[in-house]
Amino acid sequence: MAPIIRSSPALAFLVLQISLIFFASTLPYSSGSEDSYTITGRVKIPPSNVIGHLSKFSNVKVILNGGQSVTFLRPDGYFSFHKVPAGTHLIEVSAMGYFFSPVRVDVSARHHGKVHATLTETRRSLTELVLEPLREEHYYEIREPFSILSIVKSPMGLMVGFMVVVVFLMPKLMENIDPEEMKQAQEEMRRQGVPSLSSLLPGAGASR
Amino acid sequence: CWYHLPEEKLVSNRHMAMEIKASLLLLIFLSYAIVSFSLYEDQVGLMDWHQRYIGKVKHAVFHTQKAGRKRVIVSTEENVVASPDLRHGEIFWRYVLGTKDAIDGVDIALGKYVITLSSQGSMLRAWNLPDGQMVWKTSLHSAQSSKSLLSVPINLKVDKDYPILAFGGGYLHAVSAIDGEVLWKKDFTAEGFEVQRILQPHESSIIYVLGFLHSSKAVVYQIDPRTGKVVAQKSMVVPGGFSGVILSVSSDKVVVLDSTRSILVTINFLDGDISFHKTPVSDLVEDSGNAEILSPRLSNMLAVKVNKRTIFVRVGGEGKLEVVDSLSDETAMSDSLPVTDDQVAFASVHHEGSKIHLMVKLVDDLDTVLLRESIEMDQHRGRVDKVFINNYIKTDRSNGFRALIVMEDHSLLLLQQGAIVWSREEGLASVTDVTTAELPVEKDGVSVAKVEHTLVDWLKGHMLKLKGSLLLASPEDVAAIQEMRMKSSGRSKLTRDHNGFRKLFIALTRAGKLFALYTGDGRIVWSMLLNSPSKSEACERPSGISLYQWQVPHHHAMDENPYVLVVGRCGSDSSAPGVLSFVDFYTGKEISSSDIGHSVVRVMPLPFTDSTEQRLHLIADTEGHVHLYPKTSEALRIFQRDFQNVYWYTVEGDDGIIRGHGMKSSCAGETADEYCFTTKELWTVVFPSESEKIISTLIRKPNEVVHTQAKVNTDQDLLYKYVSRNLLFVATVSPKGAGEIGSVTPEESALVVYLIDTITGRILHRLSHQGCQGPVHANWVVYHYFNLRAHKYEVTVVEIYDQSRAENKNVWKLVLGKHNLTAPISSYSRPEMFTKSQSYFFAQLVKTIAVTSTAKGITSKQLLIGTIGDQILALDKRFVNLSQAEKEEGIIPLTDSLPIIPQSYITHSLKVEGLRCIVTAPAKLESTTYVFAYGVDLFYKRLAPSKTYDSLTDDFSYALLLITIVALVAAIYITWVVLEKKELSEKWR
Repeated sequence: MAPIIRSSPALAFLVLQISLIFFASTLPYSSGSEDSYTITGRVKIPPSNVIGHLSKFSNVKVILNGGQSVTFLRPDGYFSFHKVPAGTHLIEVSAMGYFFSPVRVDVSARHHGKVHATLTETRRSLTELVLEPLREEHYYEIREPFSILSIVKSPMGLMVGFMVVVVFLMPKLMENIDPEEMKQAQEEMRRQGVPSLSSLLPGAGASR
Repeated sequence: CWYHLPEEKLVSNRHMAMEIKASLLLLIFLSYAIVSFSLYEDQVGLMDWHQRYIGKVKHAVFHTQKAGRKRVIVSTEENVVASPDLRHGEIFWRYVLGTKDAIDGVDIALGKYVITLSSQGSMLRAWNLPDGQMVWKTSLHSAQSSKSLLSVPINLKVDKDYPILAFGGGYLHAVSAIDGEVLWKKDFTAEGFEVQRILQPHESSIIYVLGFLHSSKAVVYQIDPRTGKVVAQKSMVVPGGFSGVILSVSSDKVVVLDSTRSILVTINFLDGDISFHKTPVSDLVEDSGNAEILSPRLSNMLAVKVNKRTIFVRVGGEGKLEVVDSLSDETAMSDSLPVTDDQVAFASVHHEGSKIHLMVKLVDDLDTVLLRESIEMDQHRGRVDKVFINNYIKTDRSNGFRALIVMEDHSLLLLQQGAIVWSREEGLASVTDVTTAELPVEKDGVSVAKVEHTLVDWLKGHMLKLKGSLLLASPEDVAAIQEMRMKSSGRSKLTRDHNGFRKLFIALTRAGKLFALYTGDGRIVWSMLLNSPSKSEACERPSGISLYQWQVPHHHAMDENPYVLVVGRCGSDSSAPGVLSFVDFYTGKEISSSDIGHSVVRVMPLPFTDSTEQRLHLIADTEGHVHLYPKTSEALRIFQRDFQNVYWYTVEGDDGIIRGHGMKSSCAGETADEYCFTTKELWTVVFPSESEKIISTLIRKPNEVVHTQAKVNTDQDLLYKYVSRNLLFVATVSPKGAGEIGSVTPEESALVVYLIDTITGRILHRLSHQGCQGPVHANWVVYHYFNLRAHKYEVTVVEIYDQSRAENKNVWKLVLGKHNLTAPISSYSRPEMFTKSQSYFFAQLVKTIAVTSTAKGITSKQLLIGTIGDQILALDKRFVNLSQAEKEEGIIPLTDSLPIIPQSYITHSLKVEGLRCIVTAPAKLESTTYVFAYGVDLFYKRLAPSKTYDSLTDDFSYALLLITIVALVAAIYITWVVLEKKELSEKWR
């Protein structure tokens, strides 16, 4: 036995190396729990007076990396993703009635899972992972209440308005014109034989 | 769409002569202002409908103890946890978990929380029972994949806490039901122990954890629920090992089958001692084959399936087994349920003719039948799959029972007092294919005027509408208007209309059931469960693959019904023999069905029909042969004529190879079948496997209509679109980039897009995006992917133009006819072409992209984008118009990202949960198109991408028009009278 031990430092080295290899091969397994981190964040929705927003958190989904993992919010708005490896990830929030920017999240392996978040839409970086909607979304057009102004503004209204101006204001303007000049103009018109409206109407022609 | 790969394209070199029309209309549309498609809130439901589903129920837990709303909690195969109402079947609340978050167990804890265990036992969530708000969520440690188990002990209390026990991934966790805190965990990964059952005998502070070690050793751990420490451990090797599930028959006995499936082993573990008792199944029944323990939990009894019979075996005191009853194979059973203090009952349901028989019996005494009900059942629901029962105390203090049953077609029904209280067609949560069908032509004798009322009613209605549009209506009026709109004549009539607004959508579900949905209000017109033609044992119920329009009569539309071809398969394997079924579109009756005797890899509708207007189809099998259908000599003759012009391609995604095939000869040498043909390989495109992996392929829609080939650029240039349909879109990524978004750096991943001619195998265009990765969602040819550098989603548009026609710009050439526009286009030619592409950012992940299609292709197109939030965004094609990028004249300001206008969500404030696919179909009216989206939910909408320019809208006020005309006539008359008088007086003067 003894000579074998003495004469085999190479063997001992080999044994050491094999055990090292074995140990090394178990390493990623044991550190597997350390390699994955937890991302915790919060969704904040501003209080809104729209009815039906009392249960606003119950319809919010938070999506990691385009559907790799989907989570829902706790009553206080917090959410978390577990077993996320270090690297760059994307978090999207899907909430009816609100538009959220997707968030780029860098999970650092060096700083034990420190999370750095940036809004991809505005390129604004967040100090903590609190997600707020960029804007509210209204899915319906709002019917304008009935008002005289809207009718007046419409093309039909403008046309009617013009007609009214011609019918009621023009005679007033005519009154201001010198009666002699007026007569002259009328005579001139008669000479040219401008047909009057009454002659155009068939009934009028017959009655004459 | 996700369920099936795009079908191959078939081609004939039929010369396509394209007429060129200087499209004034197009210019008119271009000059339109941007009309975002928007909706007023009161218009919801006029042109759309939405149906909510949950999917096939896996588990159900009743919650009926307390007064108030009686409800049931279900988890389904679509990863939905939901709470339907027991009275009406509507859903109180529902959550659709992620696709990888399959639910393993559901239970109620503390009487107020719904506990779900999902993701192979690594995710435990608690939901508030009344409103479904998530209360807490705990991620459990898991190291390996194993089966998972959820156990909510009823009366286990540890220091004011109520632990929930969950096993998964090699760990047993005890979690507090109150806040989800992990109380303790026990690591079983080293031994490889798989927990099968957790038991807590009455009056005992110790929990028993039973399981197998390498399925040969039964182990019982006694664990202290306070600390998780193992108090005692017993194990015993059973020679032969175990198979299948372990079934606990009482608090101290379990029964399991050995690996030969012929011996039942009873394991007794009273007071920490384990004893085994083996009983060969052959002792119980003669002539036994392989046995199978059925899952229902009955006390002191078990149900075993042997020889197509279900036998009930009572477990005696020392593990002695005796057969007490036997039933036919097609009986479904529920778990047992305590009825009174010492009595336990269970329900069994079996079919007999068109009826189902529901029986509730006492477990101890099978002759005592507490309830016997016979209920008429629709044949097209198939057999009963699962039964869940619940009892309630009737007013006369006797026990009443309600049963929730899941049928073979995935539908969910509640039976109570001999009637179906409600039913839900949950098969529609797993639609695999959709096709459209016209309604029957209106025949003589069907009066149209019935729905239109008298003139007075009509006028009244319109007066109301006018009031409504002027916002002068009172709330009652508004309600009346809404009601009137809902039942307006067009919506309820099941006949073809002039505009083609009324149609049927035929949906095929995973359960192999066909549904005809009426576009007007979404109701189910008929439904049909596919049957195996031969009724053979191997194929009792074929699964549906896809639908094709088999016969659409035009010449005899009045007296012939169109047929749909349903292609099914016996079993999930692609080499399994196929089944064809022909179903009448109008009635839902199966006309004929046949076992085709070969496998189905691809079905290719050919552009030919025979004299009875049956479309010719080719079906390719796994052996490289194609088979022609219908098998008539006429079809063969038609096919022989264009035999040489049939091509298709196959994609081998794993190897990165795309092959083009052509027809070779009849395979008469090998078989006598003259409708079978052999094929030859024409071309192959091989992608380097070390750098590129195919992730998406797509062909142009075969029924796409291009109205005009010419396109006017903003710099007054004339461009000609490349109109060949034999184009294949292929997207590849670097193998590293095929994973999820977080898994790769920008330098490692590249996305390459190819356009390949499917006739010649020529690569027409190649476009590479560095630093991008999938998943790619595309539609001709707009595709969506992820840009890793910008960390944003991108949408790229590619347009292909035909260079060979580009010289035809000179007007004089066109006038004098010296152009080559009437020259036929051949698929064999190699035209010069150039492409333009443009990329935009898009703020959301896209699940699917579709494009609206209209009858003539004149109306401008909209992209329909299914977003990650399960909404559908309609985006005008002009936003991605390439010409605007080149010239400042662009109608829409150029941006680097596509706008998301909330009003252009066609789903408005609804969600199509679990959205998988969007289907569009044209209406007869050019301006209108249908959109049908399916996932877990269904959504339908009639859409007019450029507004209904060719018809008056529903909101058009005829009353206003009439009033205006009357007023004008009156005004003319009055002014005339006034004028008369004035002129008369002038003359007198």
